[in-house]
Amino acid sequence: MNIQKIGFYGILLAITIAAPFLFPNYTTQLATLWLFIIVSMTWDMTGGQMGYNSLGNIFFYGTGMYVAAVIAIGLVYDVGEYTGASGGGRYDFTNEQYIIGFVLGSLGAGLFCAFSAFILGYVLFGLRGPYFAIGTLGTAIAAGELVSNWDWVGGGQGITLPVYGGDFDQTKLFIYFAFAITGVVLFIFLNWLYKTRFGAAMNAIRDDEEKAEAMGIHTMRYKLVAWAMSAFFIGVVGGISAFQLISFEPLESAYQTINLGIFMVVCVLLGGKGTLWGPIIGAIAFQVFKEVTWNYFLGWQWVALGALIVVTVVYFQDGLMGWLKHTKPEWFGLTVDEKESETRATSKAEAAAR
Amino acid sequence: MDQIIGNIDLLIQFPIVNLKIILDGVMIGALFALAAYGLALVWGVMNVKNLAQGDFVIGGGYVSWWLANNVGLHPLLGVPIAFVVMWGIGWVTYKLVISRVIERDLFTSLLATFGLAIMYAQLMNLMFGSDTQSLVLDVTALGLENNYYFADGLIDLPAAKIIGVALAAILATCVILFMKRSRMGQAIRATAQDARAARVMGIDTEKVYAFTFSLNSAICGAAGAIIVMVWVIQPFYGITYSVRAFVIVTAAGLGNLPGVIAAGLGIGAAEQYGSHVFGIGYQQAIAVMLLLAVLVYRLLQQKRNRQVLQ
Amino acid sequence: MSIIDVSHVSKSYGGVKANTDVSIKVEKGGITGLIGPNGSGKTTLFNSIVGYHPIDSGSIKYEGKEISKMQVPEIARLGLLRTFQQTRIYGEMNCVENMLISLPHRKMSLLETLKKNTAEDRERAEHLLEFVGLFEKRHLRSGSLSFGQQKLLEFAMALMNEPTVLLLDEPTAGINPTLINGLIDRLKRANSEFGITLFIIEHNMRVIMNMADQIYCLAHGELLASGNAADIQNDQRVIDAYLGAH
Repeated sequence: MNIQKIGFYGILLAITIAAPFLFPNYTTQLATLWLFIIVSMTWDMTGGQMGYNSLGNIFFYGTGMYVAAVIAIGLVYDVGEYTGASGGGRYDFTNEQYIIGFVLGSLGAGLFCAFSAFILGYVLFGLRGPYFAIGTLGTAIAAGELVSNWDWVGGGQGITLPVYGGDFDQTKLFIYFAFAITGVVLFIFLNWLYKTRFGAAMNAIRDDEEKAEAMGIHTMRYKLVAWAMSAFFIGVVGGISAFQLISFEPLESAYQTINLGIFMVVCVLLGGKGTLWGPIIGAIAFQVFKEVTWNYFLGWQWVALGALIVVTVVYFQDGLMGWLKHTKPEWFGLTVDEKESETRATSKAEAAAR
Repeated sequence: MDQIIGNIDLLIQFPIVNLKIILDGVMIGALFALAAYGLALVWGVMNVKNLAQGDFVIGGGYVSWWLANNVGLHPLLGVPIAFVVMWGIGWVTYKLVISRVIERDLFTSLLATFGLAIMYAQLMNLMFGSDTQSLVLDVTALGLENNYYFADGLIDLPAAKIIGVALAAILATCVILFMKRSRMGQAIRATAQDARAARVMGIDTEKVYAFTFSLNSAICGAAGAIIVMVWVIQPFYGITYSVRAFVIVTAAGLGNLPGVIAAGLGIGAAEQYGSHVFGIGYQQAIAVMLLLAVLVYRLLQQKRNRQVLQ
Repeated sequence: MSIIDVSHVSKSYGGVKANTDVSIKVEKGGITGLIGPNGSGKTTLFNSIVGYHPIDSGSIKYEGKEISKMQVPEIARLGLLRTFQQTRIYGEMNCVENMLISLPHRKMSLLETLKKNTAEDRERAEHLLEFVGLFEKRHLRSGSLSFGQQKLLEFAMALMNEPTVLLLDEPTAGINPTLINGLIDRLKRANSEFGITLFIIEHNMRVIMNMADQIYCLAHGELLASGNAADIQNDQRVIDAYLGAH
C-alpha cells in the first residue's frame, strides 16, 4: 500500500468517526446511510460479482431483526410471554442486559442468517437467471407472511424491544458506530476477498457458469459460501436495525420487500455493478436523492422512487462506476492497448479470409 | 394446531364442503389462468418476464370500480371498458419502458417491471386509497337470483361467480381464436418462434411487440374487472397476482395452453384448500409457497435431465 | 487399460436417433480419435460422456465408475475435461486471468481458495501461454483475440487444469492452416509430456491419422469401424460413408 492510499483511507476513516459529532442532528440519517452501504455491498457480492441477482436478500435483513430480538429478549424473559403482553406489563432491561443482548443478538442473527443461506441456497442456486430472482423474491415474501402469522414472535403486531436506560443521544451514537464498524469490517473483508482465488471463481461463475462447471470449479460450493458470507453481514445489520427501530413489525419494517429489498439493488445499479466502490457510491447517491427530494413530493415520494428504479434500470444500468470506466479508463489502470485494436483488425481480416 | 386438525376433520366429516372449496377454487383459478396466459404470451413473444402483471389486474379492477361509483356504470359493462383502458395503459407502458428493455438481459426486464409494479401500486394507493374495495353485482333485473343454494344450503353459489367464470371463458376463447385466425395473431406467433426470421420476412416486430404487450395488459384489466365483482381488490394485492401468474407459467411451461388452464384451476383449488385448513391469514403465504414448491419440482425434473432451470 | 468405457449407448432426440448402440474404449495415456461425417453423432456422444444430457440406455464408465447419471460439475471434478466446438473463454478477462481461473479448483480445499494466486501460479500460466504461442498476447482482453487464438487459449486453459482426460471437440477447426502442424505437435506433447489422455473429434483426416493410436468412425449414429490409422484408411465402409455412397 502506498502513501496516497493510506492517506485516502485515513481521511475516510476520520470522516466516519467525526461525522456524528460534526452533525449531531443527523446521526440517525448517517446510521441509515451506513445501513444502505452495507446491504448494497452485500447484494453486490452475489449480484454484481457472481451474477446471481437476488430480489430476496431482504429475507436475511428481516430474519436478522427477529433473531436478534428473540435472543436479546430470550436471555432475560420468556419470549412468548413477552410478545403476548405486547408492551403491557413491566419488562425492562438493565444497561448490562441491553449491551449483552445487543452484541449476542446481532452476532447470533448473522450466524443464523449465514446458516439459513446455506439451506436456502442449496435449493435456490439450482435456479438460474430470472428464476433465481423470482425464487428469492418468493422466499422473502413468504417469510414475511409466515412471520406475520406467528404469534410467538408477536404476529402482525411485531415486537417492541426494551429501550436502553442511558442517554438517548448516547444510544444513537452507539447504534451509529455499530453500523459504521460493521461497514468498515465488511469493506476490508471484501477488498481482500475479491483478490483471492475465491473472488476469481465468483467472477468466473458470473461470466460463464457452464464453462466454470466444465472446468471443475465447485460452483455450488462458491455460490453457497458467498451467499452465506453476504447473509452474515445482512443479518448483523438487521440485528442492529432491530435495536435502532426499537419497535418493528413484519411486513413494513422487517421483510420490507419493496422498500429496502429493492433499494439495495437500485443502489448497486446506480453506483456500478461488480465493483468494490460502486455500491458505496450508489448508496450515498441514492440516500442523498431520497433525503433531498423526500419533502418535496408530498405523498408522491414512493411513486418517484419507483420511477427512479425504472429510469436507473433502463437508462443508467452501468452506473456511475461504469460511466467513469468508460470516460476515464486510465483511473482504473485500464490502458487502451493499441495492440488490442490491431488484433481486432487482424482477427476481422482473418474471419473475412475464412 | 388444534384448529388445523379441526378444519381437516370438517372436510372429512362433511365431504360436500370439499365440493364447495373446489368450486370456489376453480372459479378463481379461471381468472388466475387469464393473467397467466397474458404473462406467457409476453414471455414467449418478447422474452420479458413481467412482474407488473398483477398490477394490471388490480388496475383493471379499479377502472371498473371507479366508473361504477362515479358514473354509475353497471359492473358488467366495466369489463369491456377496463379491457380498453388497460390496453391504452399497456401501450404507453410498452412505449416508455418495455420497448427499451426487450433486447437487454433478463434481469433488466425483471427489475424494470418490478419498478413499474411498485410505481403502479403506489399510484393506485394515492388515487383510490388503501382500503379493500369490491363491487356488488345485482342480477335480479335480468331475472336471475343473486345466490343459488345446493345440498341443503351447504353450498352457495353467487351468480357473480358463475357470470365471472363465463366471462373469463368467453374472453379466453376470443383471444385464442384471434391468435389462431387473424393475421396479427399469426405475426405474433411467428415472432415468438424467431423474431429475426420474422423481421426478415417483413413482419414489423416492433408493432407486434407493442400489440402483444397491450393485449396482455388488456386481458389482465378485464380479469381485474371480473375479480372486483367476485372478490376484493386493494392497491398492494398486485404482487400476489404476479406471483400466481408465475407459478402457473412455470408449472405449465410456455406455449402450453391446456397446461396453463389446468395449472390455473389447480392453483385456485390448492389456495382455497390451504386457506381453509390453515386459516385465511395464510392465503398470501400459500400463493407464494406454491411458487417455491413448483420451482423445486421443476428443478428436480430438470436435474433428471442433467439440466438446470434457466 | 481403458479409462473411458462407453458400452452400448443409445440416445435419441424425439424421433431422431443420434447414437445407436455405440461402444467405445479410450485407452489410458493414449490418443483416441473419433471421426465421422457431419451429423453422425460425434458431439452427441461427447455430450453424453461429459454429462450434458441423459442417455437412453447403455453405460458410460470412467476409471471403472459409472458416470452416466452424474451431473456436469461432478464429472468435471473427476478430471475429465472438455473443450467446446464454439470456444468458451471468459471474454472480459485477459489471457493470464483466464489461465489463473483455470487452476485445478477440484484439488483445492475451501481454505486454499481463500488465498491469492502465487507467483508460481503466474509463472505456470505464462509458461503454458508460451507453450501454445500466446505469450505475446497475455495481457490482452481475451475476447479481442481471433477465433483461432481463442481456441489455443482454451487449450492452454485446459492444460492449466491438469486434467486426466481431455476431450477435444474439433481442435483444428477455424485455425489457420499454417498453424495446424504446430498444434498437432503441441497436442502430442501434451499427451507425452503431461501424460494427458486425449480423446479427439476431428474432421481433418490428415490431423487425426497423424496423431491417434486408435480411431473410431461413426456414421448415422452407429459405430462403423474402428482400428488404427491404416485400418481406417483402407476400410471401404469408411470411405463410402465419407463419399456418401449409400
